[in-house]
Amino acid sequence: MKQTWVKPFLTPHRMGGMNKFGAVRAQNHQSDLDGVEIAPLLEKYGSPLFIVSEKTLRDNVRRLRRAFATRWPKVRHGWSYKTNYLAAICNVLHQEGSWAEVVSEFEYRKARANGVPGSRIIFNGPWKPNDILELAAQEGATIHLDHLDELYALEQVACKLGKQVPVGIRLNFDTGYTDSWSRFGFNLESGAAKDAVQRIAASPWLKLTGLHSHIGTFVLDVRAYAAQIRIMTDFMEQVERDTGCVIGYLDIGGGFASRNALQGMYLPPDQIVPSFEQYAEAICGTLMEATQGRVAAGKPLPTLILETGRAVVDDAEILVTTVVGGKRLPDGRRGAILDAGLNLLFTAFWYNHEVKPLRPLNGIAEETVLYGPLCMNIDVVRASIMLPPLNVGESLVIRPVGAYNNTQWMQFIQRRPAVVMVTQNGDVAVIRASEQLEDVSGLEQVPQALQVPFPQGLPA
Amino acid sequence: MNGQAVEFPKQALLTRLALSDSGFVFDPVTGNSFTVNTSGLSILRLLQKTEDWTDIIATLQADFEVSYSVAERDVLEFATALRSAFK
Repeated sequence: MKQTWVKPFLTPHRMGGMNKFGAVRAQNHQSDLDGVEIAPLLEKYGSPLFIVSEKTLRDNVRRLRRAFATRWPKVRHGWSYKTNYLAAICNVLHQEGSWAEVVSEFEYRKARANGVPGSRIIFNGPWKPNDILELAAQEGATIHLDHLDELYALEQVACKLGKQVPVGIRLNFDTGYTDSWSRFGFNLESGAAKDAVQRIAASPWLKLTGLHSHIGTFVLDVRAYAAQIRIMTDFMEQVERDTGCVIGYLDIGGGFASRNALQGMYLPPDQIVPSFEQYAEAICGTLMEATQGRVAAGKPLPTLILETGRAVVDDAEILVTTVVGGKRLPDGRRGAILDAGLNLLFTAFWYNHEVKPLRPLNGIAEETVLYGPLCMNIDVVRASIMLPPLNVGESLVIRPVGAYNNTQWMQFIQRRPAVVMVTQNGDVAVIRASEQLEDVSGLEQVPQALQVPFPQGLPA
Repeated sequence: MNGQAVEFPKQALLTRLALSDSGFVFDPVTGNSFTVNTSGLSILRLLQKTEDWTDIIATLQADFEVSYSVAERDVLEFATALRSAFK
């Protein structure tokens, strides 16, 4: 009887390089998502394919809310639209009680189109054009000022509307743990934030009601948030004392890490990424200490606003891709070419995503480079990963991919594929159809003289 | 496919390799060791005896459930791996 053919390979034995903390993987393939088989979905919707788990999405945001609501009396979550603004995903989170947190005119209108009233929108970002600023002020959105020009612009809008507009200001400062994002908001150390507060206090049209800051992204040290809270509460006390305003909320932005592996990170994410409970303990514990005297002084405890995006959506979505070719590289490593690359997986620039075959594969794993389909040298999905031999047609599951890929993906030489959602009851729904050539070229207009490519006949 | 065009490592180099049935490959000159799978082991054993392309592919087809084109493609790729491992 003939033996089964598996691609021949030869793996050199190398000493060292083992990670004594390395986790043992319980499963070396993934064939389903929430009990729904993936292979038939690929047949029906094509490869590559994004698949969202509604269950994981809801579970994540509920865990986040529970972690904070059991430690602080007034908690609000604003869903960060820029992380993933597919309408179905936004509305899952709105159904769970999250407000919309938007950073541009486009996102504001997207939230409104999703059915979110302005009064449930937190409006951040460095550029809010006048017409949208006016609409947001009219509709009672929570507006966070980024710079002085915006302060003056909003004051004019409020004057035009003939009403006092409540407003928050974005702060930036050095926590000692993360790089200060000084390009957003008013700086604390330089006195710019205090000047802005004084200017707002002097205006009959503006009323300071909240403070906002965002200390960074993928913040792994929870002490950074404790420092943020101490700085913000100190400033809150100072501005209330100086101007007589009452701060109703502290918005601490986002930045919680997801269970993804940053490139260059030594330990696996399961061991290094804090849980929601660990973040909550650091944040709410510090908040409790810093606001002890407020109730006795007759001041309200501030509402804590979270803009957690990445940690809520990242592991709720996978990308399924298929091997379209393979090669042996000159240095002996194996290369596999996939039908999905950086065009769909922007986060591959900084993450080592987990990659598993769709079905169990025979053969010993060897070092493999996963390339995307783009005609660009930088299109590398994984620079080095141990995988069994891969034949053309084998599919791989890449995860977690829910954060930033469906908003930062590019239409570069390829159409963007479908996104489907496995719903809570196990149904599968398309939440974004795959693009067709007409979707892209339909916006183009060709002048009359350029309608024909070869008016003089075909070139030699 | 013209087998003459495929360059494998020198036969003297390949014949000195110690091959075990479990897929352990040892080069006594360099001290390097490797793991090879069943199909790779068959190819190495064939190459220790012959460099005839037609023979190699025909033997593989006799021993394995594989088409000519798949065997040809995979052996071509394996040749690259061998050239890289045994310089």
